[in-house]
Amino acid sequence: MSMTAETLEQIEFNEEGFFVDPQAWHEGLVPELAKRDGIDELTEEHWKVIRFMRAEYLAKGAGPTVRVLGKSSGVSIKELYQLFPKGPAKLAARIAGIPKPRGCI
Amino acid sequence: MAGGKKSIVILGGGTGGTLTANKLRKAYPRELVDISVVDRSDGHCYQPGLLFVPFGKGKSKDLVRTRSAQFRAGISYLDSEIDRVEAAKNRVYLKDGRELSYDVLVIATGARLIPEETEGLLGPGWMEKVFTFYEPEGADALASALKAFDEGTIVVNIVDMPIKCPVAPLEFAFLADSYFKDRGIREKIRLVFVTPLDGAFTKPYASQHLGRMLTERGIELVTEFNTAEVDGTAGRLVSYDGREVGFDLGVVIPLHGGAEYVGRSPGLGDELDFVLTDEHTLQAKAFPNVFVIGDATNVTASKAGSVAHFQGEVLVENIQHYLAGEPLEEAFDGHANCFVESGSGKALLIDFNYEVEPLPGRYPSTIGLPLLKESRINHWGKVLFERFYWHGLLPGRSVPGIGARMPLSGKIGVPVRERSV
Ligand SMILES: Cc1cc2nc3c(=O)[nH]c(=O)nc-3n(C[C@H](O)[C@H](O)[C@H](O)COP(=O)(O)OP(=O)(O)OC[C@H]3O[C@@H](n4cnc5c(N)ncnc54)[C@H](O)[C@@H]3O)c2cc1C
Repeated sequence: MSMTAETLEQIEFNEEGFFVDPQAWHEGLVPELAKRDGIDELTEEHWKVIRFMRAEYLAKGAGPTVRVLGKSSGVSIKELYQLFPKGPAKLAARIAGIPKPRGCI
Repeated sequence: MAGGKKSIVILGGGTGGTLTANKLRKAYPRELVDISVVDRSDGHCYQPGLLFVPFGKGKSKDLVRTRSAQFRAGISYLDSEIDRVEAAKNRVYLKDGRELSYDVLVIATGARLIPEETEGLLGPGWMEKVFTFYEPEGADALASALKAFDEGTIVVNIVDMPIKCPVAPLEFAFLADSYFKDRGIREKIRLVFVTPLDGAFTKPYASQHLGRMLTERGIELVTEFNTAEVDGTAGRLVSYDGREVGFDLGVVIPLHGGAEYVGRSPGLGDELDFVLTDEHTLQAKAFPNVFVIGDATNVTASKAGSVAHFQGEVLVENIQHYLAGEPLEEAFDGHANCFVESGSGKALLIDFNYEVEPLPGRYPSTIGLPLLKESRINHWGKVLFERFYWHGLLPGRSVPGIGARMPLSGKIGVPVRERSV
């Protein structure tokens, strides 16, 4: 069994800041991950989106895009941008420890 | 094939539906298999031609031919809107009240434009100051608007991905540059390309190359812009993160989704009404006797006619395997190729798949068309594609040397890109 990472220093990120190994993520890392992306205070709504991203990734193998997030997470796109101002899908994916949502081609 | 005569129903008679029907008709004698195609209108539009209409190269009606005339003998055509599919019962319900049952269903109903989902897009200014060339009326109206335009800012905006033919908006910008140069007023026109992506295109190598081509032409690039609102009165795009881009003429590619009936059909679609499809076999995820082709799938291949063409071969073989009780082949590799018009009678060609991004070199092999490089011959390739569309692609003819699988032989330096980007 791999060791549970206690701090972000023990995590390997790719050049865009996404987890190389999504398995290394656990909820205990979330506050630090959020700070790294300029979110100092995590609300219930933040958690709702982060958990939703994580669950979608585990179920489907890819995180949702902003548009799908707005349709299916119960949080509107406008609110999503208030929660994650620099791009909800990207930031929430970084914080949820999952790969960058696939932009379609 | 066991169990008597089979029935194959194809929903949608556009690029993918027509070529599938024709290939299947060649594969099976009429005594063994009935083939029907359902579509809601008898006009088949050559959509790639819409790109040229705004620049005065013909009217959209010149791109339309009779849909039912594109089918081989022995294919029935039903003209109706599809209401829903009950795939668990092998039944299709049409709006006109008819019901169809099938042994195999092919979904080829493409993508639909959803301008109503973007605030303000259909509000004041729509079809006066804000247009789309993605449908025939918009392309025609834009031709008049461009003709009358002699000063100011034009924005080309992709609201969000996925869209059909993801290079078409870039081509529009290149052609607009060329069009205003020809009119001798290019310096009075500001062209701005506004995209939700982080570069000019999705794939890194091509994105750099196409980005350079924008710069060379003095076309500004605004990236990571997620359009929240189009204000046709004031002439501005507003993003969700509060940025604004002003315009005198807006060319907007609206949000796309799958056909609406997919959402009313239990188990078939995703949140955007695209059909959940296996990316290598093209079988629907939830139902083994349902197959999907073209823009209607949720696979991450481009939504392009060339892709439907490459998928067609795999799809028809897999339908045959399915009916014969054999395992399916995981043969579709995401292969796409597109001619990219770059203005002044030139074009470049890009060729890629799920794994390999567009690379320089030649297609289909070392002797062939130049890849990722502007040339006149590629422009002629694009022009000739229209003839090929009606006389080669739709009839379901195979072209020697141009197969479903992407060739690597003519490509230079073949890095495999990261899968998930
Ligand atoms: C401006 C523009 C430029 C393009 N340029 C290129 C290019 O250069 N190269 C390229 O390869 N591709 C290009 N494309 C993309 C190409 O046209 C499409 O990818 C291709 O047509 C997809 O084929 P399809 O069979 O999936 O869908 P379509 O050909 O769109 O067919 C779908 C059919 O389903 C029918 N339908 C949908 N819903 C229903 C319903 N509820 N009931 C009944 N019928 C229904 C529709 O009437 C339609 O006939 C371009 C597209 C556009 C818009």
